[in-house]
Amino acid sequence: MASLIPCPHCGMRPKEEFTIRGAVPDSRPAWGAPIDDPQWFSAVYLRTNPRGRLREHWYHGAGCGRWLIVERDNLSHAVHDVADARARALAGDRT
Amino acid sequence: MRYSVASLIANAFSGNRNWTPAWREPEPKSRYDVVIVGGGGHGLATAYYLAREHGIRNVAIVEKGWLGSGNIGRNTTLIRSNYLLPGNEPFYEWSLKLWEGLEQEFNFNAMVSQRGVLNLYHSDAQRDAFTRRGNAMRMHGVDAELLDREGVRRMLPFFDYDNARFPIMGALLQRRGGTVRHDAVAWGYGRGADEMGVDIIQHCEVTGIRVENGRATGVETSRGFIGCDRLALAAAGNSSVVAAMAGLRLPIESHVLQAFVSEGLKPFIDTVVTFGAGHFYISQSDKGGLVFGGDLDGYNSYAQRGNLATVEHVFEAGLAMIPGLSRVKALRSWGGVMDMSMDGSPIIDKTPIPNLYLNCGWCYGGFKATPASGWCFAHLIARDEPHPVAREMRLDRFARGYLIDENGRGAQANLH
Repeated sequence: MASLIPCPHCGMRPKEEFTIRGAVPDSRPAWGAPIDDPQWFSAVYLRTNPRGRLREHWYHGAGCGRWLIVERDNLSHAVHDVADARARALAGDRT
Repeated sequence: MRYSVASLIANAFSGNRNWTPAWREPEPKSRYDVVIVGGGGHGLATAYYLAREHGIRNVAIVEKGWLGSGNIGRNTTLIRSNYLLPGNEPFYEWSLKLWEGLEQEFNFNAMVSQRGVLNLYHSDAQRDAFTRRGNAMRMHGVDAELLDREGVRRMLPFFDYDNARFPIMGALLQRRGGTVRHDAVAWGYGRGADEMGVDIIQHCEVTGIRVENGRATGVETSRGFIGCDRLALAAAGNSSVVAAMAGLRLPIESHVLQAFVSEGLKPFIDTVVTFGAGHFYISQSDKGGLVFGGDLDGYNSYAQRGNLATVEHVFEAGLAMIPGLSRVKALRSWGGVMDMSMDGSPIIDKTPIPNLYLNCGWCYGGFKATPASGWCFAHLIARDEPHPVAREMRLDRFARGYLIDENGRGAQANLH
C-alpha cells in the first residue's frame, strides 16, 4: 500500500487518514429496484477482485471528509488516480 | 521409499547418499482424468485422497511456483475445531480427526502437537459467548472446557491478568487443538500422492481454462495445453483470477494477512493463546521462535506484503496480553494473500460448469482445514456430490440466503 495519497482536496496525505470501504461495485441495481432483482445479489456479494488495477471507495475521515474514488494497483501498490466520488457521479459516472 | 527407524539407520550407515527424492518431477501428459489447479496444501491433499480413497490416480496437480510455495508455507500452523455453527463445526472436527492420524497414515513426520488452544475472555458478555461456543462444540461431540481466571493462571502465569481495561477473566480451552509443522504437511501429502501415481507439475502456470460446449476440457498452461475430464480449482489467494478464466465471478476478495516470528527463546508458551480484546494470537515453535499474528491489513491486496501500521497494532495487542514480550525482538514478518469470502466461511462446491469444481474462500482458516478440505473436495470430484460435513459450503448459499456467518458481520470481507 502506498504511504501517501494525493487527495484532490487536501494534497498529499498519509494513508492512515483514510478509511477504505472496498471496491467500487461493477454494477448496482437501478434506483427503486425490487428486492428480488438479481443485481442486488451481484452488487452485495460478488466481486471481480482483479489482480492489478482496482477502483475503490475511500473516505477521507481525517481530512476533507469527502468520499473519493482511488484507482490503485493491488500488486505494485502504485496509486494511479484519486478523484472526488460525488464529482464523478455528477459528471455522469454512476459506478 | 518408506520412512522408518530402519531406513534412517540404514541410510546413516551408508553416509546418507542413498536417499531418493520424495517426489518425481514429471513432464505433463496431454490428458488426465482430473487436473487440480494449485499445488498447495489443499490441492495436494485433494490429489492424495482422490488416489487413496477413490482410486482415481490419473491426476495432475498444476502449480505456478513450487510445491507448497503459497499459504501452506506462510501460515501460523494452528489446528483447532472450536467453531460455533452447524455448517462449520462437523467439518473442522473431521479435519482435526484426520490430523490426529495423519503422520502414521502418510508416513511423514508433520510434528502434529496437540498442545491446546485457549481463547481468552475479558468480559461477562465474552464469557457468555464462549460458553455458548463451547456448548455448541460439545453438542457436536468436540472437547471444550471453560476455564476461569485461576484456571488460566495455572497454565500461563505471566499474562497481564489485571489489565485495567481488559482484565483476563478466563478462557475457552480446546485441549485437542495445537500446531503442526506446516511445510511437512505439503511434503507429506505431495510425497504420498506422487507414490500413488499423481503427477505434480511445478513451475507450470495456468493461463487459461478451455470451456467447450459448456464443459471444461482442460487448461492452457505455460507448458502447453493439458486436457482433463474433470477440472478442480484449489488456488486460494488467487481463486478469483483463476475462476475468471472460466468466466466465473466469485464472492471473494483477496486480502493480505501478516504473520511474525520472534528470535528463538527458551520454552515460554507451551500452548496456543488468542487474545480476546484485540486480534492477536501466539504459540511457540519447536525452534523457540514465538509465532504470532493479528488481523488483516484491511484492504484488497495480492502483494504478499503488508504495512507497518498493522505490524505496530499486532505488537501492541501482544504487549497488552503479555507485558514480558516487550524486549523480545521480532525476527521476520511476512504477508499471505487470503481468499476472504463474504461470510467468512469456505466454498467446496460444483460450479455452473458441470465438470468444474471449486475449492476456495478459506479466509484465514485454511491451514487447519487442509486434511478435511482435501478429503471433501476429493469426494465431491469423485462422486459429483458433496461430502456430508461440507454440504453447507455451497457457492450458491449467498444467493439463497444460507450464509455460514461465524462472526455475524455480513458481506464485508475485511471484517471476517
